Amino acid sequence: MTPEELLDAYSEMVLIRRTEKAAHDLFMSGLVKGTTHLAAGHEAVAVGASSALRPDDYVFATYRGHHHAMARGATPEECLAELMSRATGLCQAKGGSMHLTKATNGMLGSYAIVGAHLPMAAGAAWSAKLRGSGQVAVAFFGDGATNIGAFHEALNLAAVWSLPVMFVCENNLYMEYTPIEAVTAVPNPAADRAAGYNMPAEIIDGNDVVVVHETMARAAERARKGEGPTLIEAQTYRHFGHSRADPAKYRPADEVERWMKHDPLDVARARLEALGVPPETIADRDRRAAATVDAAIAAAKNAPEPEPALAFTDVWADGGAAWRT
Amino acid sequence: MADVTKAEKFTYRDAVAEGIAREMRRDPSVVCLGEDIGAAEGVFKTTVGLFKEFGPGRVWDTPISEQAIVGAAMGAAMTGMRPVAEIMFSDFLACCWDYLANEIPKARYMTGGQVTVPLVVRTANGGGLGFGAQHSQAVENWAFTVPGLKIVAPSTPADVVGLMSAAIRSDDPVVFFEHKALLAGSGPRPPEGHLIELGQAAVAREGTDVTVVALASTVPLSLKAADQLAGEGISVEVIDLRCLIPLDMRTVLRSLERTSRLVVVEENPYQGGWGGTVVSVVADEGFELLDAPIKRVAGANVPLPFADSLEAEVIPTVDKVTEAIRRLSAY
Repeated sequence: MTPEELLDAYSEMVLIRRTEKAAHDLFMSGLVKGTTHLAAGHEAVAVGASSALRPDDYVFATYRGHHHAMARGATPEECLAELMSRATGLCQAKGGSMHLTKATNGMLGSYAIVGAHLPMAAGAAWSAKLRGSGQVAVAFFGDGATNIGAFHEALNLAAVWSLPVMFVCENNLYMEYTPIEAVTAVPNPAADRAAGYNMPAEIIDGNDVVVVHETMARAAERARKGEGPTLIEAQTYRHFGHSRADPAKYRPADEVERWMKHDPLDVARARLEALGVPPETIADRDRRAAATVDAAIAAAKNAPEPEPALAFTDVWADGGAAWRT
Repeated sequence: MADVTKAEKFTYRDAVAEGIAREMRRDPSVVCLGEDIGAAEGVFKTTVGLFKEFGPGRVWDTPISEQAIVGAAMGAAMTGMRPVAEIMFSDFLACCWDYLANEIPKARYMTGGQVTVPLVVRTANGGGLGFGAQHSQAVENWAFTVPGLKIVAPSTPADVVGLMSAAIRSDDPVVFFEHKALLAGSGPRPPEGHLIELGQAAVAREGTDVTVVALASTVPLSLKAADQLAGEGISVEVIDLRCLIPLDMRTVLRSLERTSRLVVVEENPYQGGWGGTVVSVVADEGFELLDAPIKRVAGANVPLPFADSLEAEVIPTVDKVTEAIRRLSAY
């Protein structure tokens, strides 16, 4: 990454961090209903990966997916408005926190049934291969997804059909509240399974945006050359709990402290400083992100609720919901 | 092409492959995937000729991975293809039910209309061949519980072709039930371009005394019953719904304006069967048309037994249908 690219990546990560903090605060104040699964701490995976993709590549994410929608161009205002059930939300307030989607930018959805989207990503990659488009597809998923059948079916199919797809595990050590090591037969829940599907795998520092970017760029190049899928296990950590107001007390204090000291924003900032980017330039990006998110919160709060008629649109491709004559 | 000089036998089984082939010829984005559908031409021989004509680039053999099959079809459908996925036996839909219950029917709605999923999931459905409890079920009611899926279940070879074309051209996801007991049956080969709009029931036989609403295997069964009862002076109208979603209730209600008596014949279980919804609409909107209670001849609420004699006890038969019609007619 050039210093400019890294600075842009850093800015995007700060924007995501600020948006996630806003989502948390808005949830605690009752303005966001239902649930949230915040990705603060995971920013480098989304931004590093996205920066290595073409604009027309496909991304599939999970219910912890705000960072992936934003890394593919969804704005903080679109995301927060969706979380706050506003008509201006990314999905017209019909999806919510767990289903952020930005299809115009190739971000084809966030799916809330664990593992379900891995076969979809394989299918999008199959489609790219059939059309000879040179596109690749990426499925981001948590460590918990490695124990569900769809993960294994997707990896096998992708390998057998040599599909241009990357499977990116965001291993944050906890499936939800239970340590992933307590429920998984192998130490590296994603990477250790790859050999069973004759698929190359890498375990990387998911909190270093440059490392993620370089790894993804290599995997995408392999995929575009027709050399098939890659599995990437990006080690990272949640700054919040699993969902809602979970304080994550099940995590040992020393573990939390160790990971908080390896914050992806700090890692990127240190890299920028080492490249000679002036601290004032970085601080300016921080201020701009804060202002953008503050404006997004205000705009979302002022946006209208969805019209009731919207409950009966878009069941079908004709825009309607008619099921009988 | 149809050759009128030769008495050609065009089976329901042939019609499946023919319907798919016609769409594959006109639209290069149509691709097939499933277990043993390629060189092996399908365990039910419903994909005969496709691999030979279109090759491995458009007819893809998969591992036994129902989630990967339907999930990959969904991903491909969202990105410019029109996949036709085969799930060998409809019982196996349970192995990939997440995709039919949670993913495919909801993707468009929950993204605020950002994506469409134009795919067809084809599957061999129903009993009558003695495959036992895990390979004989009629499960069209499973799909019927999920808003967002279109559901097709044809009863004749010509309808298979016309509805397959419509299903593949549909921008909405379609579950296409091919009835195992009908595969060997034959009928006229429809002309090129034959297309039947989804959601249009057919009046398979006109009558004035009792309306029988049927689907797939229960259509020929009901027609046989109607033939027998004609000799007794009972005039039976048989409606072939052809699709469950969209559900053509207009045709059902119009028929009841003439007959005022309704029998619904469905192979899926009485508990949760699609007939319950048909009947509830009639009760709500057609109550004053009726001169008699409504009868449902449905699968019994038991797993499918193996022996033919036992199976006949629990799925609709001609005798059960004639008996129901007679009782209604005498009411």
